[in-house]
Amino acid sequence: MSQTAELVSERQCREALDAAIGAARGSGVAEVEVLIGAEREALTRFANNTIHQNVEAIEHHVSVRVITDQRTARATTSSFDQGAIARATTQAIALARASAPDPGLCPLLEPSEAGTPPAVNRFDEATAAATPHSRAEAVQRAIDAVRSAGQTAAGIYSNGESFEAILNSAGVAAFHRQTSAVFSITALAEDSSGWAKVSSTSSKDVDAEFLARQAADKARRSRHPREIPPGRYTVILSPAAVLDLAGQIFADFSATAIADDRSFLSGRMGEALFGENISITDDVTHPLQSGPAFDGEGAARSRLSLVERGVAKEVAYGRTAARREGRTATGHGFPQPSDAGEMPVNIVIAGGGTSIEDMIASTRRGIFVTRLWYIREVDPYEKIMTGMTRDGTFWVENGEMQYGIRNLRFNQSVVELLRNVDALSPAVRASGEESFDMVVPAMRANEFEFSEVTRY
Amino acid sequence: MRDTAHNALETALRPGVEYADVRVVDLRERTLGTKNGKPSQVAESESLGLGVRVLAEGCWGFAATDDLSKAGMERAAAQAVAIARSSALARVEPVRLAPVDAYQAAWMSPYLIDPFSLSVDTQLGLLLSIDAELRRNSGITLAEASLSLRREHQVFASSIGSLIEQTRTYTGAGYEAYSFRDGDLQKRSYPNSFGGQHQLKGWELINELRLVENAARIADEAVALHDAPPCPQGRFDLILDSSQLALQIHESIGHPIELDRVLGSEANYAGMSFLTLDQLDHLRYGSEIVNAVCDARLEHGPGLGTFAFDDEGVPAQCTRIIDSGRFTGYMTSRETAAAIGQARSNGTMRAASWSRLPLIRMTNVSLLPGPHSLDEVFGADHAIYMETNKSWSIDDKRYQFQFGCEIAWEIRGGKRVRMLKNPIYSGITTEFWNACTAIADRCHWTLWGVPNCGKGQPEQVIGTGHGASPARFRGIRIGAGSGE
Repeated sequence: MSQTAELVSERQCREALDAAIGAARGSGVAEVEVLIGAEREALTRFANNTIHQNVEAIEHHVSVRVITDQRTARATTSSFDQGAIARATTQAIALARASAPDPGLCPLLEPSEAGTPPAVNRFDEATAAATPHSRAEAVQRAIDAVRSAGQTAAGIYSNGESFEAILNSAGVAAFHRQTSAVFSITALAEDSSGWAKVSSTSSKDVDAEFLARQAADKARRSRHPREIPPGRYTVILSPAAVLDLAGQIFADFSATAIADDRSFLSGRMGEALFGENISITDDVTHPLQSGPAFDGEGAARSRLSLVERGVAKEVAYGRTAARREGRTATGHGFPQPSDAGEMPVNIVIAGGGTSIEDMIASTRRGIFVTRLWYIREVDPYEKIMTGMTRDGTFWVENGEMQYGIRNLRFNQSVVELLRNVDALSPAVRASGEESFDMVVPAMRANEFEFSEVTRY
Repeated sequence: MRDTAHNALETALRPGVEYADVRVVDLRERTLGTKNGKPSQVAESESLGLGVRVLAEGCWGFAATDDLSKAGMERAAAQAVAIARSSALARVEPVRLAPVDAYQAAWMSPYLIDPFSLSVDTQLGLLLSIDAELRRNSGITLAEASLSLRREHQVFASSIGSLIEQTRTYTGAGYEAYSFRDGDLQKRSYPNSFGGQHQLKGWELINELRLVENAARIADEAVALHDAPPCPQGRFDLILDSSQLALQIHESIGHPIELDRVLGSEANYAGMSFLTLDQLDHLRYGSEIVNAVCDARLEHGPGLGTFAFDDEGVPAQCTRIIDSGRFTGYMTSRETAAAIGQARSNGTMRAASWSRLPLIRMTNVSLLPGPHSLDEVFGADHAIYMETNKSWSIDDKRYQFQFGCEIAWEIRGGKRVRMLKNPIYSGITTEFWNACTAIADRCHWTLWGVPNCGKGQPEQVIGTGHGASPARFRGIRIGAGSGE
């Protein structure tokens, strides 16, 4: 029995669809899809050892899409009121009729084509029921841990729940309910800082004090940072740093991006682009993954082998791309209409057997990176990215972390990075700020290009 | 909406609440897009809700809901108070607010042509005309055009007696032409990247932009870039067009002057600032010709950061940020102004929607026009001229940056002598602005809209305005390799 009130019930979703179908029928339109979303997000934010922002927001939307005469359009409202849904439907029809026909437009997804999304259970009652008081208590414990190290804490503790549903007039109906808990902390010392973060579907995985001690330890060990010259170095990237950098390439694993010639995989499918130790899948059923098991039209997500022992093997196909190329859709499409088409969003990079400690112990000279920041694309075909290190960058020599170093700017091809990996840790669920959460290992790679040094 | 705001405020004023404000926001958006001759985005959305902010036990609490029934408002108000009280568990000092007067006001941003009054087929027709013009060049492999319209109707009510109603209408449009050849992907955008130009205007903006008229040139440049030599590396005089300079201002002046960032509020996410409090009125931020303001007033222009009142009821103001090169001001809120002993907020608190807490955000942070003609800016013996942003990155103190542009030209004797591809420059914020040797005059000044500025947790994406005219900088590092 649920302890928390549902954000949206399945009955409300079906009533919303009926309202949209009813309004569309009056205008002679039969193909109707509703995409329903709701979220309750509560977030406690702290800085300077005190809670300074503390919020909760509950939001809903009903988005109606219609198809008529090979035209489609979408109108969205924040209200579940039947009149508001009818108005949104009428507006979507007006937009569609004003639009130009698209011969490649797919009809609504049929249940037979949608398949059955794999069962995933990503809702935790205790996480949904967490209170501002319980978050504040955890935050206070974390602040105390950092303060006891003579440092200052800043960060967030959030929890919430979300709901997604897609229903259409052809009979597709898919529902997903999920919780989330995120704790992130930065420990600030006089001239250094450290960072730790965890993200999960359950607050049971959040140990605020442990993360606070980790961040404080990084800040302590990186104090009085020294400057090292730019150049190519062996680098040990934490899972969060791997996520933020490697995460920049996955929008390219899209049949639409390849057809548009804006993917680094254009003309390269089947090539050994990366090292043999790199294998990447998209797997919504992985126990450390999150999100619904269906895509933006309600199709079941399938498992993709994106990279197999370094070779680019598969990409995501939405229905439009699949129809154009005579392929089977993979269940990774965005809500339609979409210029981007599709994308894998449940990334799992296979890990190895080398712990981070063993990577450090076997490194003669190199740099350990806790976190990366402000990553942007410099070259779209070689996937050269620039960005900065942040909150715990260390010089490693003779098998030990020696001292903190000033933050560095990198200009590094991700393709080349994944060719130069010589050690992988076991994969974990990682969370950063530059890409979406993934299951990734820590990596050690050679010849990583740091181009400049900052003064902090 | 006024009644809703009033009722929600009354509900929030419970025993122990020291201050409360409510924002009720009704948002309407239209997004249209085309891709290679077909509509790729045809959508409208409406969102109506309210956010309640209370100060209780010296701490903030905020709750937002789209349930505007009496029960929904009561629940949000009660939750905001409960959140504030829980914050007190980890309180060091009670929040203090700089005073603000009570205002009753209604304000609507001006426009000549209501952009929502034009039919969708007319608007899509414009995008398809652009698309056709771009793809007239057979070297274009992907053409995308977009149009975005937004109207925000907001009522703000506060416990000190303010009741402020504002309606703002925004229009934006732009396009990108991609050309892929032999592993080289080049792109040109017009009138800017990030979806083009965006302003607090109506459809008249679209007429001013001359979108179709520029499409053939943009397509030709995208294709020509394949055969252009790579931009040389080394130290050169650099000339930036006003759109790239707008982003340079955004990253290396706008963000570092956010006082909440300076005081540590963003340390875990967006970062802090090199502009520590001891730098105010002392730091030589730029050369003598560098003058910058943060100006939300309509007389500054129809920017994405133009309004009559900010989201805590403080009137729009102009604050001098850099005065003849000297650093003279931060962007503040009522809380942060009080924290550093300033008498008043300079009015920069903005929220991305009804569901988000107001934060210090850039309004219109602009470089004032300089004394130079365009010929004087380009008058260097030898320089690299870069146009239109392609990539942007800056460290978490806003000190070391790297920008890439879509296109560059080598300038000799004031003339463009050859096109260059993949230009990149980098530097240290204060060194860069101190290297500024020429700024073009007001004839070449444009108030650009940056629609995608992110800050805060939960993240809020908001539009900001940046006025700039082309400018020249001496001895800037060009290129991205580790070798000089």
